[in-house]
Amino acid sequence: MTGLPGFVGSPRVWIAIVVIGIATYSFRLSFIHLFGRIDEVPERIGRPLKYVPPAVLAALVFPDLVTIRPGVVATLADERLIAGVAAGAVAWRTENVFATITVGMVVLWLFRFVVFA
Amino acid sequence: MTGMNGGVLDEDLIAGMRDVTPLMLGIVPFALVAGIAAVDAGLTLAEAVGLSVIVFAGASQLAAIDLLGSNAPLAVVIGTAAVINLRMVMYSASIAPYFADYARRTRAALAYLLTDQAYALSVAEYQRNDDRSRWRYYLGAAASLWVVWQIGTVVGVVVGAGVPDAWGLTFAVPLVFLALLVPAMKDRPTTIAGIVGGTVAVVAAGLPLNLGLLVGAVSGIVVGLLTEAMGR
Repeated sequence: MTGLPGFVGSPRVWIAIVVIGIATYSFRLSFIHLFGRIDEVPERIGRPLKYVPPAVLAALVFPDLVTIRPGVVATLADERLIAGVAAGAVAWRTENVFATITVGMVVLWLFRFVVFA
Repeated sequence: MTGMNGGVLDEDLIAGMRDVTPLMLGIVPFALVAGIAAVDAGLTLAEAVGLSVIVFAGASQLAAIDLLGSNAPLAVVIGTAAVINLRMVMYSASIAPYFADYARRTRAALAYLLTDQAYALSVAEYQRNDDRSRWRYYLGAAASLWVVWQIGTVVGVVVGAGVPDAWGLTFAVPLVFLALLVPAMKDRPTTIAGIVGGTVAVVAAGLPLNLGLLVGAVSGIVVGLLTEAMGR
């Protein structure tokens, strides 16, 4: 139990929030502000941006599902990886966020509290 | 171009709110997870809400929370979140022509609400229906998302504070990303970009300063571009 959090927080966190906020807003505003009349994304900007979502999302997901350990079995017999593969299959079949979370969490709990317990 | 009755709740605004409703099934759990992850990483309620209001971009919020919780350097936290949100430039460029006739102040306000969902819905609707008031339709969808996102974050903070750590509720974070990742891998180059980005991030997970995520993401983008170049 972590208990209800406090309120004010740390300067470190607030600096991160404000700087990320400014950067994100400037990305959102960029073309809406500057080039209101162009018809499409310039090729040189648009091409790399197309690969940002899959590359970034995978770089976020994979390390949370698998940690390289000495030995193949030690690496693969991980409830997070098993839950992730099950959830990935659901995401692929349904493209439904809620179903993906539900299946992933249930499989995680099944292996953590029953199979590997 | 304006609505039928000129009132606040006119037809175009309501159409935006109506069309965004099915997407809330994905947004609500995502917002709850953003709140749960924030409290789990030691953020306060004010920080969690501040993040949701000031940044208002789920994937980058979750990455920032994760890195803040593991005491990564500020530059890495900010750099990683910024890379994740770079895609907003693409949306901004794509939707800009539709907003070109509005006053600068209106465009500045509309830009704040720009999200994956508001962008995708609005551009699809503009192409289908030329009679829509563009800003009212967009506002109906985007502002609904904003309200649900903020409420979801607060509920997540309160709920997350009461659930034992052993349940591993923060595992819902990679599950949300997974649900977004699968449809993002829609052809050969994007699929390879994802596989390379994820694999490099796993191998580089031990890098100092939590740089693994950034290195993985950049590798994936570069290999995706190379794959595309080879396919032509």
